[in-house]
Amino acid sequence: MDALLAGLIGLLFAAALYQMLSGHFLRFLLGLVLISNAATLTVFVSGRLTIGAAPLIPVGENAPIGAVANALPQALVLTAIVIGLGLFAFTLFLAIRTFRRLGHLNANAAIHDRSASKGPTA
Amino acid sequence: MNSLIYKVGANLLFGILLVFSVFMLLRGHNEPGGGFIGGLIGAVAFIVYKMSEDIAATRAVLRVNPEYLAVFGLTIALIAGLLGVAFGDGVFAGQWIFVGATAETKGWPISTVLLFDVGVYFTVLGAIVALVLEMERHL
Amino acid sequence: MSTKSKRALVREVEIHWLSVVWCASLFALAVLFLFPLSEPLRWTLDWLPALGINLSFYIDGLSRIFILLITGIGAFIFLFSGNYLRGHVHYERFFLYLHLFMIAMLGVVVADNLITLFVFWELTSLTSYLLIGFSHREPRARRAALQGLLVTGAGGLCLLAGLILMGIAAGSFSISEILDDQIALQDHPWVHAIVILLALGALTKSAQFPFHFWLPNAMEAPTPVSAFLHSATMVKAGIYVLARFHPELSEADLWMPLLATAGVITALLGGVLAMKQRDMKQMLAYTTLMALGTLTALLSQPDAAVYAAALTFLVAHALYKATLFLSVGALDHALGAKKFRNLSSLWSRHRPFAVAWLLALLSLAGLPPAIGFIGKELLYDGLLRSDGASLWIVIGLLIANATMVALAFAQAHRIVRPSRSAIATPFATAEIAGPVVLAILGIVLAVMAGVADPLIRDALEPTSQNAILPLGLWHGINAALGLSVLTVLLGLALAVLHPRIYRALNRIPGFSFDRSWDRLLKGFVWFAETLTNRIQTHRLSTDLSWILTTLVLLGIAVVVSHDAWPEFQWQSAPLKLWLITALICAGTLLSLVAQSRIAAITGLGVVGIGVALIFILFGAPDVAITQLLVETLLVVLIAVALLNLPSLPKQRGIRFGHAVLSLAVGLLISVTLWGIFATPLDRSLTTYFEQTSWPEAFGRNIVNVILVDFRALDTFGEIAVVLTAAIGAIALLRDMRVRRR
Repeated sequence: MDALLAGLIGLLFAAALYQMLSGHFLRFLLGLVLISNAATLTVFVSGRLTIGAAPLIPVGENAPIGAVANALPQALVLTAIVIGLGLFAFTLFLAIRTFRRLGHLNANAAIHDRSASKGPTA
Repeated sequence: MNSLIYKVGANLLFGILLVFSVFMLLRGHNEPGGGFIGGLIGAVAFIVYKMSEDIAATRAVLRVNPEYLAVFGLTIALIAGLLGVAFGDGVFAGQWIFVGATAETKGWPISTVLLFDVGVYFTVLGAIVALVLEMERHL
Repeated sequence: MSTKSKRALVREVEIHWLSVVWCASLFALAVLFLFPLSEPLRWTLDWLPALGINLSFYIDGLSRIFILLITGIGAFIFLFSGNYLRGHVHYERFFLYLHLFMIAMLGVVVADNLITLFVFWELTSLTSYLLIGFSHREPRARRAALQGLLVTGAGGLCLLAGLILMGIAAGSFSISEILDDQIALQDHPWVHAIVILLALGALTKSAQFPFHFWLPNAMEAPTPVSAFLHSATMVKAGIYVLARFHPELSEADLWMPLLATAGVITALLGGVLAMKQRDMKQMLAYTTLMALGTLTALLSQPDAAVYAAALTFLVAHALYKATLFLSVGALDHALGAKKFRNLSSLWSRHRPFAVAWLLALLSLAGLPPAIGFIGKELLYDGLLRSDGASLWIVIGLLIANATMVALAFAQAHRIVRPSRSAIATPFATAEIAGPVVLAILGIVLAVMAGVADPLIRDALEPTSQNAILPLGLWHGINAALGLSVLTVLLGLALAVLHPRIYRALNRIPGFSFDRSWDRLLKGFVWFAETLTNRIQTHRLSTDLSWILTTLVLLGIAVVVSHDAWPEFQWQSAPLKLWLITALICAGTLLSLVAQSRIAAITGLGVVGIGVALIFILFGAPDVAITQLLVETLLVVLIAVALLNLPSLPKQRGIRFGHAVLSLAVGLLISVTLWGIFATPLDRSLTTYFEQTSWPEAFGRNIVNVILVDFRALDTFGEIAVVLTAAIGAIALLRDMRVRRR
């Protein structure tokens, strides 16, 4: 079970990095989404897997009954997902602006046009 | 979007989603839910509304700038944390008051933890709505 | 010089006298409170007690000598500078730098903690940079300042490494503890590294061969700076470090050969180079090199007598060198040039000044009744009596001393020689007072040996305090006296030959470390630029490939160096998981090969939902809901943005290089995860949260309780990040609107 997921995560990373290496910013964005998902899964899976039991305390008890899923990685992952959304939005807007300014999204293009290289006042 | 069905449906959906988002927020401490989920659902509510009306109407419904809403949320969260210090505890230590507690009933719990979660709710809601509205405006 | 307002000039005078009074008071305090010194004085301020790093200070006999030198000579330097720089546009700045330097130097000599010592050491380098480059509009001054900073800074790094090693080896960062400790550091396996690193630090700071080239260039600084820093104090910091750790490390194998070689070579080299100088300041710089070389060579010996000789020589040198530099400065200020010929007939023009100059030259030459003589006597005496000193050190130092006699004679000769143009020149009293007092002090200390004797004696270890003879001018006719006589004779011979030697030396083209310096710096910059251009090509694929390749290589190194492979058991996965895995793979494949943007995004959506299903399967409802919502919002964002983004470029086949690299990284991560699974998990935190979530935090949803209660501070940080990302993104778009033409 763990091994299967570990292999899956590796595949996701590989696919994400392949997209990121392509040199086109739009593909980079797609790779970014994939890698966020993969990283999220990594943290979640490292906390060991328990099928089905959510970490909730039943009414009337003082502690969860039986073995429940590890609550700590879930907390870590939850905020990470939201921050991933923020990061993606930022990168997306960056792509839009780059396209407006340069007219293309080829990240492997020769050194930027003169106006862009003059710095923030250009 | 010009579809009449969508327009009518969206208005209904908007209200329900907003209520649902508050419900998820308040529910979060004891059941699955919480500030992040509530905020995200609230953002979805506004997006649904925006797709049926235009941006100006959405902003009117929102009444305040979404960025201000987000910063307001952050401020509330900070206050919730500092209240812990005001009561002599550590920073962000939860302070609980049980209103109307008697020997049998627990009473209504009011806490700085809830205040913090509300802060998280507004921050997430404000940030995402600001993002989407800004994008619409420029494109 | 620009004209300054009347108010500014008044302020100059205030600063001048304030500085002098402040410095003189420090000196007075030192004299009052530090004699007698039965117990070393200590004071500590905790800084990082967990690491053993504290601001601790400690005054013992050795520190006392330095404190008196720094504050005493410093007072005269301030007195001199006030007059020398009167009307200078950066007058206040100069005094500020000088004060900062003095504090830093005092900090070095009273530091009791290895790291405190280092901090003040670097401060002296920094202030020296500011002072050398004081005339910052001159390219030569800037170059000299930078050169000094880089050389002493590089040495400082070595010193830091050596100090840290020493601290770890000795088990404590407190200097007094290290020195008290009976465990001899010399038996520790690291002692060779410590000695080399410490020596590098000291040798660069004290301008020993092969790092000597920065000192003559430092003469670009104003004369009071040269007098203070580059003769009496800062360059002595290296000597101080050697002296401070002498008791612990002098028995180590590398100590003696390293320091003796560097010292003697520097002394002889300095002598040769001094003989070919025409500029007085440069000549004084090279004689400083000689003196520092002598000190280094003396400190290489473990004997107490030689150590005492080193300290006496140090005091003597500080006194006469400061006098000479200040005298050159006064002469320069009055006449405007520093060449030798301007010394002519000083005797008839201003007798007290000339007398002071001659007394200092007496000390330089090592003739009685100056304290320089006592220094040289002790030097010979100690070396002859010690067992370990080899003959060649004695010979080398003898030649160096003879050279000093020759140089002193050359100057003295000119001072006394009558000249035709003997116009009385007015010298400022403030500028002459220093040299006169210091020169007289040099005689007084020698004649009244009872004053100087406890000064030196207290700086030795208690056990060896009786091993040296009391300081005095006359110890009877012995071998040391004989060597002194030999020195003087040799020196006189050299003095007679000086003109010829001077001409000969100036004809030979010399090899200069200095010229190679510029080439070294250029080469360094070239190397950095080339390397950066190779790796940071501004092409996304290349930059990323570099990073990932390094990651893979590191990973392989780690994996290969593991001897034991972790065991992992194969748990059979439920069918649901297989199906979800298939779904995720399908989505990934779709996003990889799709040509249309909508199809690619759909693939991502499928992956996102598959991940959410995994979360549901493994009991994480909160996370699953969040994942689904975020997935939805992602699609919304992209959908709106699609109108303003280009279509995907056509994929021309598989990029094999990238594919291999990506798969390698993926494999690395999978292997890491398998490794993680094989190690037991520490569940203590989770158990704590599970047990206290209801009783103490009144919540049944443990995940939410962790987020908003137990780890609320982290969550606060996280929503701040979300907000910042949103603001940044909005700013990107808003900005674009305004700038579009």
